[in-house]
Amino acid sequence: MKGFFKKLGSALTKSSTKLSSGITDIVTKRKLDHDALEALEELLITSDLGLETSSHLVEQLSKKRFNKEVSDAEVKEVLSEGVNEILVKCEKPLNITANPHVIVMTGVNGVGKTTTIAKLAKKFKDEGKSVMLAAGDTFRAAAGEQLEVWAQRLGLDVYKKEAGSDAAALAFEAYAKAKEDGTDIILVDTAGRLHNKAGLMDELKKIIRVLKKHDESAPHHCLLVLDATTGQNTHAQLKAFQEMVDVNGLIITKLDGSAKGGSIVGLANEFEVPIYFLGVGEGFDDLQEFNAEAFSKALLSLV
Amino acid sequence: MFETLNDKLGSVFSKLGRKGALSEQDVTAAMREIRVALLEADVALPVVKDFVEQVREEAVGEKVLKSIKPDQQVVKIVNDKLTELLGAEKAELNLNVTPPAVILMAGLQGVGKTTTTGKLAKFLKDKQRKKVMVASLDVQRPAAQEQLKILAEQVGVENLPIVAGQQPVQIAKRAVEAARLQGFDVVILDTAGRLALNEELMNEVKDVRAATNPSETLLVTDAMMGQDAVQTAKAFHDALELTGIVLTRVDGDARGGAALSMKVVTGCPIKFSGTGEKLDALEEFHPERIAGRILGMGDVVGLVERASEAIDQDEAEKLAQKMQSGEFDMNDMLAQFKQVKKLSGMSGGLSGILGMIPGLPNMNKVKEQMKGANLDDSVITRQEAIILSMTPKERAKPALLKAKRKERVAKGSGTSVQDVNKLLKQFQQMQTMMKKMRKLGKKGMMQQMQNLMQQGGGMPQGPMGGGMPGGMPGGGLPGGFPFK
Ligand SMILES: Nc1nc2c(ncn2[C@@H]2O[C@H](COP(=O)(O)OP(=O)(O)OP(=O)(O)O)[C@@H](O)[C@H]2O)c(=O)[nH]1
Ligand SMILES: [Mg+2]
Repeated sequence: MKGFFKKLGSALTKSSTKLSSGITDIVTKRKLDHDALEALEELLITSDLGLETSSHLVEQLSKKRFNKEVSDAEVKEVLSEGVNEILVKCEKPLNITANPHVIVMTGVNGVGKTTTIAKLAKKFKDEGKSVMLAAGDTFRAAAGEQLEVWAQRLGLDVYKKEAGSDAAALAFEAYAKAKEDGTDIILVDTAGRLHNKAGLMDELKKIIRVLKKHDESAPHHCLLVLDATTGQNTHAQLKAFQEMVDVNGLIITKLDGSAKGGSIVGLANEFEVPIYFLGVGEGFDDLQEFNAEAFSKALLSLV
Repeated sequence: MFETLNDKLGSVFSKLGRKGALSEQDVTAAMREIRVALLEADVALPVVKDFVEQVREEAVGEKVLKSIKPDQQVVKIVNDKLTELLGAEKAELNLNVTPPAVILMAGLQGVGKTTTTGKLAKFLKDKQRKKVMVASLDVQRPAAQEQLKILAEQVGVENLPIVAGQQPVQIAKRAVEAARLQGFDVVILDTAGRLALNEELMNEVKDVRAATNPSETLLVTDAMMGQDAVQTAKAFHDALELTGIVLTRVDGDARGGAALSMKVVTGCPIKFSGTGEKLDALEEFHPERIAGRILGMGDVVGLVERASEAIDQDEAEKLAQKMQSGEFDMNDMLAQFKQVKKLSGMSGGLSGILGMIPGLPNMNKVKEQMKGANLDDSVITRQEAIILSMTPKERAKPALLKAKRKERVAKGSGTSVQDVNKLLKQFQQMQTMMKKMRKLGKKGMMQQMQNLMQQGGGMPQGPMGGGMPGGMPGGGLPGGFPFK
């Protein structure tokens, strides 16, 4: 747990210095009037919270503190409580419910699907579970090799076929193999795809469909990976992936950068989807369980 | 769906008719809407503020105050200004140096650098007849060097042989040296993705730059990027003195505000946009298209591109022929419904499609009418069900459908006879319209479409007949598509 606060805390602090010093400026200069509130709203906007969510949070703050003399810490506290209130319903553990338990990783190109698979695999392995990776990205050059390198580093099995093979068939066979071997968890990588490409989304649906032939409840988790640098387009991504393949969990990556991933606050407001993990680096240990309070505080530099 | 700037300014200025003149207050209100539109499109806040100030100065002028349609005028000023800011100067690659010219590719993780390297290599080889070598300095991500090697093979350019264990600066020097000795015109250096906050990696790419003196240093960025575009662009520009930007994933549906942020912060031209996963999907940047998207004013080109993604071209071709010959039957109508549903699924619903059509002056009104008429995808689904409950004979010859049969079809599809009648009427109207279209020919049809657009709110009852959704697929997109 300490690692999480440290890594996310320090990562987000680096990126939140501006946010927080901005608030310090605004609040110590004058009492909380319209101008101050507008400035606060703008600061939330620069963290990608989006206009609607930002105004909503600032309105809350205004109801509680308008025209009062307020300290910097107080404003931050109220805002982070507001964020936490929205995010806390997304905080859920990822439970393993089947054997084999199938997790399919989806998302647009380059968000961090493959790397996150390595991170999850490491986590499950450390918990004593047997894990198999399925190299379901048969499209992008060297995608299979990339997953294979991770598998080697982690000492895990990877189910892989030559480039260009049918991804759905691969997933189907990988399941059969895992079942036969008594593997606890299969992590299925998929090719990155833009959510507005019907053809590619159909291919993803097919992967899900064939997995259901083995087990009606599979995939037990269909996770959407979102990149913290992405702005308001995360809404369109989640909406499309949820409609097409019933995404039932999120992972937010690249939170070690200067982007704060604030768009998830808006997502949490709009969709009922758990956020399971955060990616905070490129190594297989750079994965943290999502904790709403820690995230909210880190977003406002309270840790 | 976002409201378009047009809608918003329309409502800001709608009271103007009564007042007769633009007050300072009106301008302020308009600027607020512009600010909102830009922020929703992910333009970074400092850039938004600057932009709004500039526009305000221009907008407060006489011209706007006295113009008849101030909302349109303001939108035009905003749109022109955006287009100008996004790309006034010609953005060609500068490779006029003693060969080999070095192009250094840099950017955050996962933005598409390696794919863009492959595309750029293909572009230079095919379009400019250059002898191109590529080299991957990405020793960070597993199999990254392998990835570029495969892409190089696919586009038919040289890939610097991979030497395990070499560090980026070493690889870069080796690449330039090899390119020089072997007479290559251009060498493109692909680098690992890195965060602006990672000092160690930022220093490393700085060293690469110092060691290779590139003629082009391109920042690759993704059209979906949010507010962080400012920090990232600044950091990369400070470290590397960028010469240009490449905007990737323009084939997605992001509004692309990051393009403006990055352009403004670095002052560097956007030299290319990536428009697909295929290696020839690299285009010169079209500032007016991105400007339109940022403002949510419609992106016809984008709509057409999406439509062609969604629509089976052969199928569309077939339909068009049937329409022209007048053999259009219920089966064809069913096929059209399928395509419209597909397109609408990708565009945020039917109203999403309409949102992409520029020049529909009052989208709100159209949307309201659509709502009033229950025009959403479920209507199409219901109509599909009706057709599916008909026998093949009935589909080919709807005139067979008399009272008894109608009742059966209604039952089978879980609808009412009224619904069946409505569909049949729509079908008839489509047939009539197609006959008209045949008489008008291609030109006449375009004219009709234009008239329709100008009528705005008249969409559902427009001359396309049949009303939506039957009318739209028949008369406009996507059925009318192959006519273009
Ligand atoms: N800094 C940082 N980088 C990350 C994180 N997660 C992934 N990355 C990097 O992002 C880049 C893309 O990651 P991948 O895992 O290959 O992404 P992907 O979604 O599988 O990509 P495609 O399969 O090409 O669509 C790599 O360089 C990763 O190292 C993270 O949490 N932080
Ligand atoms: Mg991948």
